[in-house]
Amino acid sequence: MGQLYDQLSNDVRFVEGLKACLNCGTCTAICPAAEFYNYQPRNIAEILQSKNDHDIETLLKGDAIWYCGECMSCVTRCPRGNAPGLLITALRTLSQELGYFVESEKGRQQLAIKRTVGEWILDYGYCLFPAHITPEMHPEQGPVWEWEHEHIAEVMDRLGANYQKTGPGILRKVPKEDLDELKKIFDITGGTERYNKIEDFSRKKAEEMGIEFGPGLDNDYIRHIYTTNSGKHNKEE
Amino acid sequence: MKEEGKRRLWMEYQKEVADDRFFYVRSCVRQNFFPASEKVFLQIMRSELGKDVFEKEAHTTCSGIGYHSDVVPFDTAMTIIARQFALMTESGYENFVTSCITSFGLYSEVIETWHHFPEVLARVRENLKTATGREFKIPANVSHASDVIYKFRQQIGEKGKHRLVNRYTGNPLKVVEHIGCHYSKMFPAKGIGGAEYPHVLIGMIEDWGGEVVDYPERRHCCGFGFRQYLVQANRGYSISCSRKKFDSMQPYKPDFILTNCPGCPMFLDRWQYAISEMEGITYGENGQGIPVLTYEELAGLVLGYDPWDLGFQVHQVPVEPLLDKIGVPYNPEKKFLGSTGQYIGKPDAPSVLKFYSNV
Repeated sequence: MGQLYDQLSNDVRFVEGLKACLNCGTCTAICPAAEFYNYQPRNIAEILQSKNDHDIETLLKGDAIWYCGECMSCVTRCPRGNAPGLLITALRTLSQELGYFVESEKGRQQLAIKRTVGEWILDYGYCLFPAHITPEMHPEQGPVWEWEHEHIAEVMDRLGANYQKTGPGILRKVPKEDLDELKKIFDITGGTERYNKIEDFSRKKAEEMGIEFGPGLDNDYIRHIYTTNSGKHNKEE
Repeated sequence: MKEEGKRRLWMEYQKEVADDRFFYVRSCVRQNFFPASEKVFLQIMRSELGKDVFEKEAHTTCSGIGYHSDVVPFDTAMTIIARQFALMTESGYENFVTSCITSFGLYSEVIETWHHFPEVLARVRENLKTATGREFKIPANVSHASDVIYKFRQQIGEKGKHRLVNRYTGNPLKVVEHIGCHYSKMFPAKGIGGAEYPHVLIGMIEDWGGEVVDYPERRHCCGFGFRQYLVQANRGYSISCSRKKFDSMQPYKPDFILTNCPGCPMFLDRWQYAISEMEGITYGENGQGIPVLTYEELAGLVLGYDPWDLGFQVHQVPVEPLLDKIGVPYNPEKKFLGSTGQYIGKPDAPSVLKFYSNV
């Protein structure tokens, strides 16, 4: 048994997710990611079941583990009660713990998610916040969202929200003492440490790649990881 | 199979939904994109059904989108969830109802984890106590808000002013129902009808007069995929999943799509716009899209609420063709007005998808 396999085994999601894979491919057949990307959840389960550290390290440093959309469609259909989607969550956790995520194009995107959703959670108490869902970053949202975004307070008011005001309700201002509790939870449970690791490993990678790194979203590294698609991920026609 | 055996098997696909006294937690996606749906849910529960639904401003995101895009560790997510349960416990409630499907799936996952790994529960209790001084009880009942509307669908139908019937033909409206993946794919026993026969939206559609469309890609994901949408470079995954569904449902000419997940209606609405801009393709009749509704919007529509109070003005695919078929009155002039009736501008029309021409 390898060291990486042992580390994965400490994750309850890994324990729950891999019982005994018979490599039937049902998960791959139903997987939306397998249809779009050059990806097979069956292969992930097979590699993990082999307990081969070299192969697991390759997985942790590669793009494949980042293709899954965590829809968990595989969980319903596995005839042996495995959960490839849960195995992915455990692999992504370990990849970030060890700093391996920066070795792949898709893995490097974690910094963009940390700088958006990750920080909005602590800043506002919401995973998403309308002021930051800009038409520039989200052209697919279309002209209605553009109008709404421009008039967000009026539209939210019209729709019955309590937008950034005190008291309960839709998109209320979450009180500071509650955001402070959220931050303490992050500090105690490894959330803050995870964020710091994503930052540190990404900064080093940016230096290695010779790309400008800075805070927030207005820097070359964020632009690079947010928009780069090498086109080498999809299934061949 | 004997009738009795069938009934026993079907029992495995049932779930208990509390009757009253709910502690309510909101959805990040719903609040951003379909805020009126949450308002309407509370309005229906409190004013139409006379239920006690309590909300505390102190609650926060469950962190589910962060968790499923893998920046938030499992222990952090579990402790945030424990805090939500602590707020419920402190408020004297034991029935927990959540607006979000990602949250609902994560609450289910966390409670299952605690059941199988008591040492994890002990660790979470200790972490929550250290971080916040709070303690919690696990809810007696965890429901998604769509479970609750399903439970009271007959009462809503009886009070309703409108039926899901095409007034021009007299035929039931044809409805595509789309269930959020995390509603029951992970834990089938937690959803009404499980993962194979989810009945939560079917029950509403049929009770309110409509007809459910069966189509090949009925259970395919909408394509959110968390990181697959959050990062611009990955959005091809997201739009491809939705497109696969649209292509599959279009031959059945659905009158609208009904969803129970906060994210799915946003994607199924916006991606129709994006596909129309990218490829000139529209999926409804005469250059229109297929309207996409939340179950709260549909319940409000059945009850006769004003379409602009339901929030249809923030849909990119216009809902007016559906309102016309049902015979719901609306004033197009008021669609994009502010809360005091003031003019706040209006959106530009898309270049392909019919928008203003049909209102």
